Amino acid sequence: MLKITNLHASVGGTEILHGVDLAVDAGQVHAIMGPNGSGKSTLAQVMAGHPAYEVTQGSIEFQGEDLLALEPQERAQKGLFMAFQYPVEIRGITNAYFLRSAVNAIRKARGEEEYDTIDFLDVLDEKLEAIGWDDSFLNRAVNEGFSGGEKKRNEILQMAVLEPTLAVLDETDSGLDIDAVRVVAEAVNKFRSPDRSTIVVTHYQRILNYLEPDVVHVLHEGRIVRSGDKALAVELEEKGYDWLRAEVAAG
Amino acid sequence: MTDAKDLYLRQHETFLANGGSVAPEWVQQVRRAAIERFGEAGFPTVKEEAWRFTSVDGLTKQEFTRAPGAASPNEARLDEYLIGDRESRIVALTVNGRYVPPSRHPAVPPGVIVTGLAAAVGGEHADLLQEHLAKYARPDGSPFAALGTAFIEDGVFVHVPKNVVLDQPVQIVHYTVAGPERVVTHPRTLVLVDEGAQATFVETYSGDDDTFYWTNAVTEYVIGENAVVDAYRVQRESGQAFHTAVSHSYQARSSVYSWNAFAFGSALTRNDVHAVLDGEGAEATLNGLTVITDRQHVDYHTTIDHAQPHCNSWELFNGVYDGRSRGVFTGRIIVRPGAQKTDAKQTNNNLLLSKQARADSQPQLEIYADDVKCTHGATLGPIDDAAMFYLRSRGLGEVEARNLLTYGFGAEVLNSVSIEELRENLNALVHARLDR
Repeated sequence: MLKITNLHASVGGTEILHGVDLAVDAGQVHAIMGPNGSGKSTLAQVMAGHPAYEVTQGSIEFQGEDLLALEPQERAQKGLFMAFQYPVEIRGITNAYFLRSAVNAIRKARGEEEYDTIDFLDVLDEKLEAIGWDDSFLNRAVNEGFSGGEKKRNEILQMAVLEPTLAVLDETDSGLDIDAVRVVAEAVNKFRSPDRSTIVVTHYQRILNYLEPDVVHVLHEGRIVRSGDKALAVELEEKGYDWLRAEVAAG
Repeated sequence: MTDAKDLYLRQHETFLANGGSVAPEWVQQVRRAAIERFGEAGFPTVKEEAWRFTSVDGLTKQEFTRAPGAASPNEARLDEYLIGDRESRIVALTVNGRYVPPSRHPAVPPGVIVTGLAAAVGGEHADLLQEHLAKYARPDGSPFAALGTAFIEDGVFVHVPKNVVLDQPVQIVHYTVAGPERVVTHPRTLVLVDEGAQATFVETYSGDDDTFYWTNAVTEYVIGENAVVDAYRVQRESGQAFHTAVSHSYQARSSVYSWNAFAFGSALTRNDVHAVLDGEGAEATLNGLTVITDRQHVDYHTTIDHAQPHCNSWELFNGVYDGRSRGVFTGRIIVRPGAQKTDAKQTNNNLLLSKQARADSQPQLEIYADDVKCTHGATLGPIDDAAMFYLRSRGLGEVEARNLLTYGFGAEVLNSVSIEELRENLNALVHARLDR
């Protein structure tokens, strides 16, 4: 599904990622943990194709294709989705309209028939029902006046509707109360299937209480320094990132 | 160079000599006072604070003559502006400022008057006109109101009496047929909505394509206690036209007024919007959407006067500027002494689609009461990069993403249009301008 090899990336001339290696198989859930400034969000942004980040070395292969050669919209059209840490407000455009525009852009790119308004409402209803949410977001302007939690939930709704093959959740659990964390985690669990993968980028261990990651990675100073099972996350939570720093320093 | 002021003073003499003097004495007095005021003030210059972003030099360099009355508009064109089915719609049309009576009288409820201003001045409701005409959009407030009032002759008069609810909008169309002449019209509208009544109005300003003329419009809405008025104003003038306008509203206790203006046409538009909240619990909403390009210039100069306590006002003006176009928004909010518990919110968003486009925004808060809430915010700039990336990351191409973000500026205002057919028409106009 995804193979990242020796990825180096900079922003504004400063290198943030110093050689990341990561392989995610179809159907897997990976968690990437790390302290502030470790490069977690940079990794997510680079995968989504944010123009401010420059890849100076290495490669990302997504379903056999060179991901880095694609425009952001082409990555989405090929099945990549990133849930933003800080979702953007879109003036005047309702969520329903936005979602339909996105789904249709993707369907068009894939040579599939576009949905009309009525058909799309059916699709939306089905998705909402699947994740057990109501339609209260649909007629509000995208993220405008949303609380932090509502914005994060809105990202998950987009994920559910766009049905990506690989979803990267960039700190979707940050700033949420425990009920909201559970809601997000449940939606991720429902999304799980043998041909879909998820990368959960997180600062905190608690969302992993509700998820079953196949692999947990620790990102530190722009490199993955540890990989393990869920126990690694628990250990990190108990000992803190300082322990890790000491471990890494000790080699 | 001809002095523009003198030109119109002379035209006014001719106007009075050629039949303008047929009107009743009180109308003559109103005109005399107004021309006197115009004679004192003359045309504004950019040295005046209220006109610093809008020059009327392009207008004063031209010689406009009073538009001839006998002209017929393009019928198909009018149909394009009108909404609702032909049988029930209530239409008041002026061509070159003169009221054109409909061939078929619409079924207005008993007591409702929709007629020409000239006919009304001489008719059974003369006392209502004498009481209200030119009493709100006062000649001392704006030289253009003064000039329009000096040339008062005809226009549209609407009266919705107490507790009457109109279920069809009153559609007012002011159309200019200029031909090869450079003509000026002074379309006048007076709307009285009495206590407890409810009505919707759609004012459309237009003229033949590619013709050169000047529309100088004055509209007064007088809204009684507990009355509800929704007003829409659609400016679709020829791209060469000048459009100066004063839109005045006066509200009594617990009345609710919303005014939604859409500007697409004209070379230059200046609209002075003045809303007076003169009764406790009154609410006013002023919304505006401007979508222009080339060298078009649209200036909304708004004043909301909170004269009494417990009144709310909301303003949302969005502009999308392409080419070398320019937008100006002034949002003056006055909270009079004693107007406690005023709640006023003002927002002005400007999207610049080209490097040559420009927008100026200036809030002016004058607050003389201490227990009030007044907020204002303005945004200005090109398409947001973060929003572009967000949309692209969801699969939208660059052009689609750009169009969607631009359309959002329009949609934010369009969403408040409660007449579905009108909203669809306006939506189509916005798309026609953005998707080119």
